[in-house]
Amino acid sequence: MGIDVTRTPRSATVREAAPAVPTAPSARRRRPGGARWAAWAFLAPVVVYLIAFYAYPLYRNVELSLREYTVRSFVQGGAPFAGLDNYRAVLAAPTFPQALLNTLVFTVTSLVCQFAVGLLLALFFHRHFPLSRTLRALFLVPWLLPLIVSASTWSWLLNSEASVVNAGLALVGADPVNWLTSPRWSLVSVIIANIWIGIPFNLVVLYSGLQAIPRQLHEAAELDGAGGWQRFRWITWPLLRPVSAITLLLGLVYTLKVFDLIWIMTRGGPTDSSTTLATWSYRLGFGNLLPEFGSGAAVGNLLILLAVAAGGCYIGFEHRRRLS
Amino acid sequence: MSRPTRGWWRTGLGVMLTGLMLFPVYWMINVSFTRDQDVRRSPPHLFPLDGTLDGYRAVLGQQLPYVGTSLVVGLGTVLLTLILAAPAGYALAKLRPPGGGAIRFVLLIAQMIPGIIMAMGFYAIYLNLGVLNTVPGLILADSTIAVPFAVLIFTAFMSGIPDDLIQAALVDGANRLRTFWSVVLPVSRNAIVTVSLFAFLWAWSDFVFASTLAGGGAHRPITLGIYQYIGNNNQQWNAIMATAVVASIPTTLLLVLAQRYVAAGVTAGAVKD
Repeated sequence: MGIDVTRTPRSATVREAAPAVPTAPSARRRRPGGARWAAWAFLAPVVVYLIAFYAYPLYRNVELSLREYTVRSFVQGGAPFAGLDNYRAVLAAPTFPQALLNTLVFTVTSLVCQFAVGLLLALFFHRHFPLSRTLRALFLVPWLLPLIVSASTWSWLLNSEASVVNAGLALVGADPVNWLTSPRWSLVSVIIANIWIGIPFNLVVLYSGLQAIPRQLHEAAELDGAGGWQRFRWITWPLLRPVSAITLLLGLVYTLKVFDLIWIMTRGGPTDSSTTLATWSYRLGFGNLLPEFGSGAAVGNLLILLAVAAGGCYIGFEHRRRLS
Repeated sequence: MSRPTRGWWRTGLGVMLTGLMLFPVYWMINVSFTRDQDVRRSPPHLFPLDGTLDGYRAVLGQQLPYVGTSLVVGLGTVLLTLILAAPAGYALAKLRPPGGGAIRFVLLIAQMIPGIIMAMGFYAIYLNLGVLNTVPGLILADSTIAVPFAVLIFTAFMSGIPDDLIQAALVDGANRLRTFWSVVLPVSRNAIVTVSLFAFLWAWSDFVFASTLAGGGAHRPITLGIYQYIGNNNQQWNAIMATAVVASIPTTLLLVLAQRYVAAGVTAGAVKD
């Protein structure tokens, strides 16, 4: 099946080098029913786990979104069935168009910028130079830091009172910006922080993609007199396309999920200006004194639809790539 | 591999870019050593000239229990993830049961579900079971971040183990459990390390499950410690940043001690959430 996240160039070469694949059919012929039972015995824990701790919470989430919950009925049960009322209410809420738009702007801008910067850096690091390995490792730091650490650091970098970013702006003669507290800039601020977090992932994956392009192609093109830009345009870019697509799709799935960062930096505010579907869902369910679990779950399920649609594209793409 | 090619200007540019990229991290460290009265100074000091350890004293005084909880939760998550994922990876890679493809498909989809949605479902279940604000409850929830990734990593890695090695053990009379335990697991050390590192890091960094499932109890992890510091009105930013520095220690150790496993994990399609 064409559904393997591990099909990046590096593991692809590992797999092709391994003798496991060609010998598989003969191995299968040697063992009858016993192996099948053994296989399921080894798999059983994970299957039970997936049902109990993935499927069941998701089912509860759907159930939450179809009932009219109050705090009382949430604890004691017996909430009346409400059909699609929660979804109707959510879709009609003034926050919905704003949150959807913010989610799209946040996702698309983050993706494009992360990818562009990541690619430039990957090209830069592709030519080995003294210290390149160490510097490349250091670039991983933002990606590995706990999100709450990055988010609180960026909150302080961008705060209105005495932030270092505004001090830098003052040096070049610009006015201070209320990054986190003005509706005009709050979304920009969380996008900047999210790009910063996403660059390392793009860098590492695209770098490994560049490594997989045969050096001889570049050398041959160079002999034919192709310049740097031409080699990029006609060799690197087309050969990197599969890896680029995967990077973007994985980034898309990840970016749709972003919640911690925005919640910690702006709580979606001021007045919904940086609210995305994820933060809105959390605010409805946990952010207010009077939780609205039904609506929160409904927003969450809409977000799942978006994420699964994105994931479907990814899997379809992988499948086609595996076939070709 | 690395052939240094007269590229010292590249090194210079690389150092500058890295410096730019890591400036927020430097600033976190800088603020963590800044005195209260200087924190809101404008323009801010670029170096902690009159450095203080007040922030770290606050961490030692108030945040140590949180660090302890995070360690326990992180290690518990690693253990649970390994116990579930390693046998499953072996089955999918080597025993190839019918339906194995479907399971891999489900695992892929599972990675795409936003944590906030899982959290809401878990909250409803835990409330009814009465396991909100417990360490095992948090471990279980945190493991959902790592298990699908871990199974896929193990599957990919174990596919590369030669079948002859496993057949030899079976011919020698070892049963499948024994083969798994004394042949497959020892040669899968790299996969075990990679999975453990990421499971620990994700559990350590988790905020969504912590804030929804453990927000009100005695056992709160370090991420909530930071969050509550930020929420306080008298914001002591040196203490907040000092806590952030402490919370970053596992990341640092990882990069210093296990860099190649990190790169392997990232290129294997790690989706961080």
